[in-house]
Amino acid sequence: MPAVFTPQFNNDSFKGQATVNTGLFINGQWVESSSGTFIDVVNPSNGKLLTKVSEGTAKDVDLAVAAAQKAFDTVWGSHCPGSRRGKLLNKLADIMESRFDELCAVEALDNGKTFQWAKNVDVAFSISTIRYYAGWADKIHGQTIETDKTKLAYTLHEPFGVVGQIIPWNFPLLMLSWKIGPALATGNTVIMKPSELTPLTALMAADMIREAGFPPGVFNLIVGYGNTVGQAITEHKGIEKVAFTGSTLVGRKIMEAAAKSNLKNVTLELGGKSPNIVFNDADLEQAVNWTAHGLFWNHGQTCCAGTRIFVQSGIYDKFLAKFTEKVKAIKVGDPFAKDTNQGPQVSQIQFDRIMSYIESGKQQGAKVHIGGGRIGDEGYYIEPTIFTETKPDMRIVQEEIFGPVGVLIKFEDEEDVIHQANDTLYGLAAAVFSQDINRALETAHKLKAGTAWVNCINTLDPNVPFGGFKQSGIGRELGEYALHNYTNVKAVHVNLGQKM
Amino acid sequence: MAQIAKIHIPATGRTIELPTGLFINNEFVPSADSQETLSVINPATEEEICKVVAASGKDIDIAVKAARVAFKTTWGKNVTGFERSRLMNKLADLIERDQQELAELETLNNGKPVKVARDFDIGDSIQCLRYYAGWADKILGETIEVDNKTKLAFTRHDPIGVCGQIIPWNYPIMMWAWKVAPALAVGCTVVMKPSELTPLTALKLSQLVKEAGFPPGVVNTVPSLGAIGGAALSAHMDVDKVAFTGSTVTGRKVMEAAAKSNLKKVSLELGGKSPNIVFESADLEQAATWAALGILYNTGEDCTAGSRVYVQDSVYDSFMELLIEKVRSTPIGDGFDETVTSGPIISKIQFDKVWGYIESGKQEGAKVLVGGERRAGKGYFVDPTVFADVKHDMKIVKDEIFGPVLAVGRFSTEEEAIELANNTSYGLGAGLHSTDANQCMRVSSALEAGTVWVNQYNILHNNVPFGGKKQSGIGRELGKQALDEYTSVKAVHWNFGEKGSWPL
Repeated sequence: MPAVFTPQFNNDSFKGQATVNTGLFINGQWVESSSGTFIDVVNPSNGKLLTKVSEGTAKDVDLAVAAAQKAFDTVWGSHCPGSRRGKLLNKLADIMESRFDELCAVEALDNGKTFQWAKNVDVAFSISTIRYYAGWADKIHGQTIETDKTKLAYTLHEPFGVVGQIIPWNFPLLMLSWKIGPALATGNTVIMKPSELTPLTALMAADMIREAGFPPGVFNLIVGYGNTVGQAITEHKGIEKVAFTGSTLVGRKIMEAAAKSNLKNVTLELGGKSPNIVFNDADLEQAVNWTAHGLFWNHGQTCCAGTRIFVQSGIYDKFLAKFTEKVKAIKVGDPFAKDTNQGPQVSQIQFDRIMSYIESGKQQGAKVHIGGGRIGDEGYYIEPTIFTETKPDMRIVQEEIFGPVGVLIKFEDEEDVIHQANDTLYGLAAAVFSQDINRALETAHKLKAGTAWVNCINTLDPNVPFGGFKQSGIGRELGEYALHNYTNVKAVHVNLGQKM
Repeated sequence: MAQIAKIHIPATGRTIELPTGLFINNEFVPSADSQETLSVINPATEEEICKVVAASGKDIDIAVKAARVAFKTTWGKNVTGFERSRLMNKLADLIERDQQELAELETLNNGKPVKVARDFDIGDSIQCLRYYAGWADKILGETIEVDNKTKLAFTRHDPIGVCGQIIPWNYPIMMWAWKVAPALAVGCTVVMKPSELTPLTALKLSQLVKEAGFPPGVVNTVPSLGAIGGAALSAHMDVDKVAFTGSTVTGRKVMEAAAKSNLKKVSLELGGKSPNIVFESADLEQAATWAALGILYNTGEDCTAGSRVYVQDSVYDSFMELLIEKVRSTPIGDGFDETVTSGPIISKIQFDKVWGYIESGKQEGAKVLVGGERRAGKGYFVDPTVFADVKHDMKIVKDEIFGPVLAVGRFSTEEEAIELANNTSYGLGAGLHSTDANQCMRVSSALEAGTVWVNQYNILHNNVPFGGKKQSGIGRELGKQALDEYTSVKAVHWNFGEKGSWPL
């Protein structure tokens, strides 16, 4: 029986113990991996080892797929009414709610985000997402379609069967809930690979799923590396659909592997370099506040972060002054301290990557307006950083940095800024700040992005769809739209009298 | 009169404490201006259970005001779908917690067997609340492409407002859930008038509404006579919508009052004289089972009761043998007796009405195959009664009886069966039994009923819509469609680019 990790917390935000299974969760049981190897889980606040968890392999994926297929053929899919699936999802949400602070603490420990953010957003939003999809489970409707008297034609929206889900490390529990909500509600069984960097809350969720009473095999969790477990899932001939959230680079590999194996259905939520456009007539203070949230929320580790900030020349100086004050006030430190706004970046590799982008910005001639350096000498803390005087072809303007680093660009002309905003291979999100609602709507409609925010940014709801245009993704998560990712339409034609 | 009645249930030894006032603004209160009460009777013993306050016209007014204030301040557009969902799920949890107690109270007042009340009526009601709780944050409008350069056009599905809901006595808790759930999910506030015959469980449910945390005024409960409370709600100038389940006769009055007052929206679930057709290819044993269930479930006190059975000539004798056996072996008795399948008729008035029809059947020349004899002793028990050799103009074939009384006819061709089945001003339910798939499609297409069962009868689901064609009703309950009855569509045309000019 695999070990159980029980971190103790004694800080201003949480006093208590958490319980985290460290094995693989396959067929309703906690098991050792078939290779007997482990992955180190590191605390990004200090770079030290937290615990080891079992490392899954392709063989474990095979075992999980067999279990998931069996469950789909016997106790899930069409063998389990939607109302019961909904009930189980609600039960899961109840259990998560009963261990709310424990989940927040483990998320902060593993990922480095602050306890406060985990509480206000990650864990709360995860629970409401699960509840939202619980409500859809018995409402998966097809259509009856009138053709002519000799035919009864209707559609059934059937689950795929076994689906693979690969999630990232930036919002570990939240990304898990966005994936399992629609997948389980529609009757699919799941093989999930959480990020090897942040497996802990996923491991907790798996045990809560067991406790809620989901039949064995319906949900399986395998912690492992992208090029082993991730690859095995994407290539697997027994998996009908794969859903991936992560970098565009890896997204391409996923789609390629899917195409080469069994043409499994693919949905992707990838990167972004989202523009945030602030017009002269914006509410200045609000624009400043939202812009800071748009860039620095989750330490910039957000796919839809507004990392290219376009400010119209009429308010540029005032905006810069206020924004600088805002950035200076960001308190970076221990995720468990109550007044901390920003914790460490998630890993050494991410830290190095972000620092190298900052370096490239300097080298390509941009001006470091504020920040630009490391904080402290343990843990992966980076100063909130803003570059000005950039050129469009600079790497810091083109490429996704995924850290607390943004570029501030002055603009004059509305047509020009829309053009610049759209001049990217990404298309995940965009924001517009203007008190002229006509201009705001017109601009929002012209921006090529899956989410257009008007006078706000980085705010989401479980029932509003989210996803990318262009190379930011394929398909939509959240809302009713996510259900389409997990259902296969069967059209049934019943001949009532047409003679051949 | 006592504010809290202590209701003792001899069969189980339970004592239930029940507030007997009107439930307005989350409090149980006496009438504002009247001493009138309703005497609530146990139909198995004919004895009074307790008295409850009877709402007057003024009380209805106060309840409507409370509902209006709540709609404008704490409910309606002031509460998110997520919060409505949470509260409704909580209410479902509380009903589940008190399931056995509610079942015993339902049986005491309505007479149906406890097991049926608990596992079917209340079990389904809990599911109904959870089903609609799931819809609460999914009330979607549409954006509609008009001209992308100049206009954003979209619809909002607004809650209608204050809804008067008038429910019958045959499924007190379930009718309550069917009405309250979609209304609350969408954001409407409710003034509920349960039947004067069966107000007790509605009052108990009101306690749970408060315990769940609904703001005051969102759900109000005002037991009263139809002619007082029902009429007042239908005619009220500040009620935006009235939903009524009951007889077609009363349904007309509700619609008339709605038209004459403020043209409030109306939905009606009325009577039926639903046909059950047995074709020669049918599995006769199954068809007989469904036919028996169709007329005897809930003692035939069901708007979709399959009260006319038509059997194809070629299988008439074999089928009738099976049917009569099943009907004869249906025990009707006290709901607290675990061997019983169906309970008593709800009241003296209904009891006399059912007997009136049985007598008329005999007088008009129909043949009694089963039953037709009065029982001795206390309780409004009517034993299952089957008439054969019926003619289409007989009262027992045309009128809704609302008891365990079945009229059986015969036919030779499919066309004749359809003709017989549709020859009624009602159109609530219909059943057909056949193993010929094409016939099933043809006949189900041709039957003029809001619900058609193929090789089944009377089984409903919370997510499948239900309602009447013709004079059986207006609108649909259950399923997604019920939400439409409580929403009002607003179209918003947002001009952001078109300059108008005048004169043209």
